[in-house]
Amino acid sequence: MVIDSTKMKSLADRLAGDEVKGRSLWADARKRFFKNKAAVGGLLVLLLVLAFAVFGTSIARYSNETLDFSVMGQIAEKGGPSLANGHYFGTDDLGRDLFARTVQGTQISLAVGIVGSAIAVLVGTFYGAFAGYVGGRTDNVMMRLVDILMSIPYMFVLILLLVVFGRSIIMLFMGIGLISWLDMSRIVRGQTLSLKHKEFIEAAEATGVSRLTIIRRHIVPNLLGVVAVYATLLVPLMILTESFISFLGLGVQEPLTSWGALISEGAGTMNYGTLWQLAFPLFFFVITLFAFFFVGDGLRDALDPKDR
Amino acid sequence: MFAFIVRRLAIAVPTLLLLIVFSFLLMHAAPGGPFVSERGLPPAVLANLNAKYGLDQPMWRQMLTYVWGIVSDFDFGPSFIYKDRTVNAIIAQGFPVTLTYGAISFVVAVVAGVSLGVAAAIWHNSWLDYLAVGISIGAQVLPNFVMAPILVLVFTLWLGWLPGGGWEGGQWQYLIMPVVALSTSFMASIARITRSSMLEVMNSNHIRTAKAKGLPMRKVIIRHALKPAMLPVVSYLGPAFVTMITGSVVVDMYFSTGGIGKAFVDSALNRDYAVMMGVTILVGTLTVLFNLLVDILYAWIDPKIRY
Repeated sequence: MVIDSTKMKSLADRLAGDEVKGRSLWADARKRFFKNKAAVGGLLVLLLVLAFAVFGTSIARYSNETLDFSVMGQIAEKGGPSLANGHYFGTDDLGRDLFARTVQGTQISLAVGIVGSAIAVLVGTFYGAFAGYVGGRTDNVMMRLVDILMSIPYMFVLILLLVVFGRSIIMLFMGIGLISWLDMSRIVRGQTLSLKHKEFIEAAEATGVSRLTIIRRHIVPNLLGVVAVYATLLVPLMILTESFISFLGLGVQEPLTSWGALISEGAGTMNYGTLWQLAFPLFFFVITLFAFFFVGDGLRDALDPKDR
Repeated sequence: MFAFIVRRLAIAVPTLLLLIVFSFLLMHAAPGGPFVSERGLPPAVLANLNAKYGLDQPMWRQMLTYVWGIVSDFDFGPSFIYKDRTVNAIIAQGFPVTLTYGAISFVVAVVAGVSLGVAAAIWHNSWLDYLAVGISIGAQVLPNFVMAPILVLVFTLWLGWLPGGGWEGGQWQYLIMPVVALSTSFMASIARITRSSMLEVMNSNHIRTAKAKGLPMRKVIIRHALKPAMLPVVSYLGPAFVTMITGSVVVDMYFSTGGIGKAFVDSALNRDYAVMMGVTILVGTLTVLFNLLVDILYAWIDPKIRY
């Protein structure tokens, strides 16, 4: 039988063309995400907060360490938010510019959230994918370990770590990273178990691809959706954890600050009539957390439309 | 069922031992001994101090003594900072307080959360439903350390209705704000979980059958829907307990209720490792026991579970 080579060519072209024009999972998800008003609003708020953290320092009229002696001692009367003297958010009880302090707190809180979440993504994904893919006794031991670690009241252990090894920001990052990956590894393992028996994994096994390469090249890329959603939802949880510790005075230390530390300061001084010290940090804290939750939910709905 | 409980215990005991050993090693990994900060101690005094607290022994020996003290008679040893008090005395002072408001908060969170969730699911898409969803979204960003200052601001500073802190033997006006601060976010989470699981159950086949055979709605809900809908809530109780006990630290600090959270933070600031370890291990034990209880409850509710 003679195959009409030109017809075949056009068919191949059309198929390839369709392939390019066809919407991928991600393109679909993006479309659904941008239809979700709450999620888009959340994303917008996040971008604004990020801009605040990045450009805030250059907008502030004062450095976060300068004491303003003209308001010192009369914070309640003169230290309030004012455009005239350049303290847009007022000053704290030492006369430091609260705008600059809030910028600094935002930077640190966001950094803690993002680093904690990133560690969870790296460690949790590989741990969970490995346990799920290898299976058997290895899986059993690895997941039992996670069970054990999860049943420990980690906040107490984290504080223990901070006290023993000194209350530095590096230690805080490490301590938060240490516990953040547990949930991630469980979720990833569950997803891996359902991927494990798919045909493309079988094909890779049949052609003799090594275990680690299968995990790296075939399992992990297929987990990206779940991981992305969970990582987004993890950022606010990490920020909450850090703020909790800083609220107790055990987290970031002066001259550094974070939302938790600022809220704690504001809460401590609010009965002197300096409510702005509580209001501004709390405002940024609340809107950022809301935004992350909305974006995370939006991502989940976008990537998994049937699960409403 | 018995075998199931034994198997769960077989995991619980190593978990606790691991926690004890880990915190012990951590404490001894700390640079310098507990008496380094007391400057100008003559070497003889330091040696005597070390001997009194058993710090001159080899490490494995110290660890065995410590673990044995806890296992045999729940003795956490002496405090390193308060020379005349043992860790047990410090815990015994604060623990009843924490237990009182903790238990009340837990009950409030579960009862209010479940009621709100069930009501929201039954009157789906009504104003009550929207209110419940609104509360559960809002309370996500109002953890205890945000609730506490806001409550004090409104009810103490502005309205002057409630005292801003203290305990006074647990009189009701001293209990309200700690309980509300501690339970709000859990109440919201429980309401959210109950609502979604209740909605799912109400759409299932056995509920349709119950409705079709003409049972009144109240009976359908109480007899057929409530039990299966409680499963996700029960499995949330374990993590909720941990977070709640953690939250009690903030309550103790902010409302000066005098629970173990205060002892914990003070010991963390003073580097009083013995008290820190004691509290951590106590909390760990409670958590493990509570998780065990939750697992048994879960196995009892869910007929599908194999044990």
